[in-house]
Amino acid sequence: MAQTDTPELVLEAGRASRDYWRDLWRYRELLGFLAWRDVKIRYKQTVLGVLWALIQPVVTLAVFTFIFGKLAGMPSGNAPYPLLVLCGLLPWQLFAAAFSNASGSLVANTHLIAKVYFPRLIVPLSSVAVALLDFAITLGLLALLCAWWRFVPDWRVLLLPLFIVLTLLTAIGTGLWLTALTVKYRDFRFVVPFLLQIGLFLSPVGFSSTNLPNWQHVYSLNPMVGAIDGFRWCLLHGEPTLDPLNLAVSVAMSGLLLASGLWYFRRTERTVADVI
Amino acid sequence: MSTPVIRVEGLGKRYYLSHEKRSDTLRDSLTQKFRQLGRRLAGGGGAEPAGEEFWALRDVSFDVAQGDVLGIIGRNGAGKSTLLKLLSRITEPTAGRATIRGRVASLLEVGTGFHPELSGRENIFLNGAILGMSRVEIRRKFDEIVAFAEIERFLDTQVKHYSSGMYVRLAFAVAAHLEPEILIVDEVLAVGDAQFQKKCLGKMNEVARGSGRTILFVSHNTGALQAICRTGLWLQQGQVAQAGPIANCLAGYLSSGNEAATFTATNPEKPHITSVTLDRTALAHGRFRVSVSFKASAPLSRPVIGVTIFSKLGQPLAGSNGRMMGEQWAPGVMSEGVITAEIDPLPLHSDTYRVSVYLGDAAQDYDQKLEAVEFDYVSPHFYPQCPPLSVIGQCDLPWRWTVEPK
Repeated sequence: MAQTDTPELVLEAGRASRDYWRDLWRYRELLGFLAWRDVKIRYKQTVLGVLWALIQPVVTLAVFTFIFGKLAGMPSGNAPYPLLVLCGLLPWQLFAAAFSNASGSLVANTHLIAKVYFPRLIVPLSSVAVALLDFAITLGLLALLCAWWRFVPDWRVLLLPLFIVLTLLTAIGTGLWLTALTVKYRDFRFVVPFLLQIGLFLSPVGFSSTNLPNWQHVYSLNPMVGAIDGFRWCLLHGEPTLDPLNLAVSVAMSGLLLASGLWYFRRTERTVADVI
Repeated sequence: MSTPVIRVEGLGKRYYLSHEKRSDTLRDSLTQKFRQLGRRLAGGGGAEPAGEEFWALRDVSFDVAQGDVLGIIGRNGAGKSTLLKLLSRITEPTAGRATIRGRVASLLEVGTGFHPELSGRENIFLNGAILGMSRVEIRRKFDEIVAFAEIERFLDTQVKHYSSGMYVRLAFAVAAHLEPEILIVDEVLAVGDAQFQKKCLGKMNEVARGSGRTILFVSHNTGALQAICRTGLWLQQGQVAQAGPIANCLAGYLSSGNEAATFTATNPEKPHITSVTLDRTALAHGRFRVSVSFKASAPLSRPVIGVTIFSKLGQPLAGSNGRMMGEQWAPGVMSEGVITAEIDPLPLHSDTYRVSVYLGDAAQDYDQKLEAVEFDYVSPHFYPQCPPLSVIGQCDLPWRWTVEPK
């Protein structure tokens, strides 16, 4: 901790720290440690352990395939229906886990926030790590299913990370809003599961978005539409085709959520220890 | 020593005490909440919330020079913790400014962020990171921390299986190995056994003397303050009452006013205690004087007040009441009054004590106020080499020694 220059810090009302982003960078190790803590304790004292990360998607997959594929008889293009569903489920579950972890993160870390200083943004950001762990496990499930159907994704799979990032940014943007709001109004704790339940049906998880030929642009206002379509496009040989305008709408919405979420979070974070 | 390491100018912090309005129906409260919510979202987070304002800290100014060890004293609610919270950036001030030169580490609690499911080893890393140490730094000091905490054998045991003593030792060990330029410490020495407390004090002393580091230290332990600090800052109701050499501040603080606790009766029909007042001035002169006011709806034939002094660990040390004196106790008939008990001189060693009081009459007890007041006692007797009180006890009795050489 030998520092040659002594940094001067001025604490004053309403003075947003000019060095906020540098501070955030300085605390990157803490971000890593908090994420590591969450991952480490995630499956402690459970009998099935990591298996839980598989059970959920497998059951959802079976139910959705049955309802949308068999009962409703929806088309799946050239891929088997379960693969279509899993390609929707992957980003959705990543979003749902990241979003709900981030939303509850500030309140869950009250004891830290009331006793130590660090850029508060670290808390929701680190909470996303656990969601990525479960995502990686579900990705393994996808690989298994692909092998079973001898379905090999083409070059488009290389673009998949872009859509993972889109999903994460959407989750962080909405999560920042909700976690900052929950600090003041615990009402929003009830809003999160409700939003996720509705979102699951408003997003093309169990079916392909090509089933809605009209209103595609409006539908894409839900940024998860862009993310899910992108996942399918990357993994299922470019089907359904990605409409650049729809994708742009989703990306723009995601960006808007993230920017506004950051703005609101930073406005509340300076006094968060007083209200939490 | 030219520019101060910490300069505080007119610092203030305002809180709002919310008095929630009673609403008669759920719908009323909901519409009220929604209106509030809408207003706040529209008007921004800075909009005036309803409620009475309260300045936890107001117009506080002081300087701390490099290498200084500043002891902050004051009663509960005087604003000590708020001041530390502002200086450690946990929350921001409402008014004024503070300029800090150098890296700050604050220790407002022992074991912040410890996770019970993780092992001792893992918690050292986690806690170190939370307190602002880098991974490399923690690894470098790891062995030292483990040795200081004396937990070698349990390093890979989950912390939830630790005894509370081990837990505190480990937590303090991590904190003690921080190397910031400015260290802010709040009341952490109130935990742990006497021997470990001594070790912690020693460590703090070493840190303070050895390295020219600046320390801000809040404590009720007057002995520790005297031993470690050079300068003091005495806060009273959010404002600076006195600043300067620690001995002067302590003297002022310990003799200031009375410690009074007032009570509202849960059942005014029953005879009850209305207030308990401890005479600080008497205490500063080595006398104990406590006054208990009581009230009854019907006159009490022989009101009896009981007073018991407890150690801070809850052991009763000395108690008395009128009833145990039998016929000697003849206060007369009254429905309201003040009864004062006095011990002169108070034969106790310097420490923190608590006083419980009881109200009754010749036959029965009516009311009790457990730990009604707490006080820090600095005995007029100074012993240059006093063993820990856990060894010799709290009582400072008038010993007489005789030596007969043969």
